[in-house]
Amino acid sequence: MVDRLVIAMQKSALALRRFLLLALTPLILAPAFAADGGVAQALGDPVVEARVTRLAEELRCLTCMGQSIADSQSAFSSDMKREIRAMIVAGKSDKEIVDFMVQRYGDFVLYRPPVKSTTWLLWGGPFLLLALALLFLVAKLRKRSAQAGSELSESEHRQAASLLGKSVGDGK
Amino acid sequence: MRRFLFPLAIFLVLAGFLAVGLRLNPREVPSPLIGKPVPAFRLAQLHAGDKSISPEDMRGKVWLLNVWASWCVSCKQEHPVLIELNKQNRIPIVGLNYKDERGAAITWLNQHGGDPYAVSAFDADGRVGIDFGVYGVPETFLIDKAGTIRYKHIGPVTEDALKSKILPLAEELSRG
Repeated sequence: MVDRLVIAMQKSALALRRFLLLALTPLILAPAFAADGGVAQALGDPVVEARVTRLAEELRCLTCMGQSIADSQSAFSSDMKREIRAMIVAGKSDKEIVDFMVQRYGDFVLYRPPVKSTTWLLWGGPFLLLALALLFLVAKLRKRSAQAGSELSESEHRQAASLLGKSVGDGK
Repeated sequence: MRRFLFPLAIFLVLAGFLAVGLRLNPREVPSPLIGKPVPAFRLAQLHAGDKSISPEDMRGKVWLLNVWASWCVSCKQEHPVLIELNKQNRIPIVGLNYKDERGAAITWLNQHGGDPYAVSAFDADGRVGIDFGVYGVPETFLIDKAGTIRYKHIGPVTEDALKSKILPLAEELSRG
């Protein structure tokens, strides 16, 4: 009886929480959209907006460092998104837009930097570490199997046999 | 004893990398514009909206382009340094008033000890700032007689930065 009451109470609490969340969502999201110039974004052509988002995910927000332009709400990112949108509307290709950003902000703006002499360690480093680890593992395993595979000496045979309670040569 | 040498070596290498990493300033992103011609623009002047300013007007001079705004907190820090530099009459400073309002910008100059700029360009929507790769105000560019960007200083200009880097380079460029 008490159990049922508790379950019922939990359920209604859950329902209440869901209701509140749904009711409050617009309130929570509204400032975020407003900060983003989101009205224009929401009203824009969905094809253009999809391209803006895809490109913005590839570019670093330089004022916030750890975020892409797509994730960031900063003034820098909304300016960048505005520029990207303007270039798409002007009929620029994705490559032209990315080149525009790199010319001004350098390779650092790219979340996927190009492979070149200064970045080979960045791209190759993990594989280098993997190769080193594999070499180490192979060397270890070889050493171990070399130890395990060695034949028993005559005295060790005798010792083993005596432990097993049998005389030498009686093994057959 | 030998079995400890390998982990110790790994530890030392890691510690070395981290020590170097700690000394780097992640805000200082090298500018791809160094050695490139200054981006072309023609903007209205901050004080005289009917007059314009362009890098072309500065051709033949070694000059500084300082990006600033009234909303920029660290600009207050560098402002006295710029005023002092302007008094010395060694190098013209052109301001790029970035994403600001005309009234607020002029009031800010009056409140913070005056106007160190030969002239300020008024970049209300920040489009010219983007051409200069501006991502954090203040930023300062050193531009040579031919209109090539030679150096970029990120963050507030300090006495130290002027003495050790910017002014020696500027003098070298004016002689050359």
